[in-house]
Amino acid sequence: MTLEIARTLDAKGLSCPLPIVKTAQAMKDMSSGQLLEVLATDPGSVKDFAAWSKSTGNEVVEQSQDGGVFRFVLRKK
Amino acid sequence: MEQPLNLVLFSGTDDKLQAAAVLTAGAAALGKPVNVFLQYWALDAFRKDRIDRDHGLAPEAGDEGRAAVDGLRAAGQASWAETLRQAKDLGEVDIQACSLSMDLLRLEESDLDDLVDGVEGVTAFYLNAGEGQVVFI
Repeated sequence: MTLEIARTLDAKGLSCPLPIVKTAQAMKDMSSGQLLEVLATDPGSVKDFAAWSKSTGNEVVEQSQDGGVFRFVLRKK
Repeated sequence: MEQPLNLVLFSGTDDKLQAAAVLTAGAAALGKPVNVFLQYWALDAFRKDRIDRDHGLAPEAGDEGRAAVDGLRAAGQASWAETLRQAKDLGEVDIQACSLSMDLLRLEESDLDDLVDGVEGVTAFYLNAGEGQVVFI
């Protein structure tokens, strides 16, 4: 089954903590269950997204890395 | 209700203000309320006619630190003021000026940037801090 991405956030080039800040901001306008794809280059983002997900309850449903770019797919709680 | 993070900002150099802005934005992204209390040189950096200028770095930065900070900025890192703006946009972030420092620097509330929500004394700061951690930067 292909995941249906509702929105993509390009956070490449942003340094900590802006990828998370922009993600939290983007999630505000989404509805529960919708998927947000985030692209980031901040090396801290893997641990940061895991911690943010754990703390806020928004689930990381996919995670991958292509070169220096990290990709996360998050499901809004 | 979740206990707030309480940051007391004393230093007015760009590196320490940047560190404080990062802590603030991170907490805001987690839905944690943040109270910021501005004293001395940190308060001076929030004057609306000075907020965008170069506030220097802590002495330990040295030339190498200066180059590293300039490099990040050239790569597009948001300024501390911009990071704080985004944090305020996202979550519950209240920035208050210390009334004693206002007197010390002979400032009026109208001299401060819009990021600052008001002026309060240390008692009000502690009351709002509740049982949350207090961090001094």
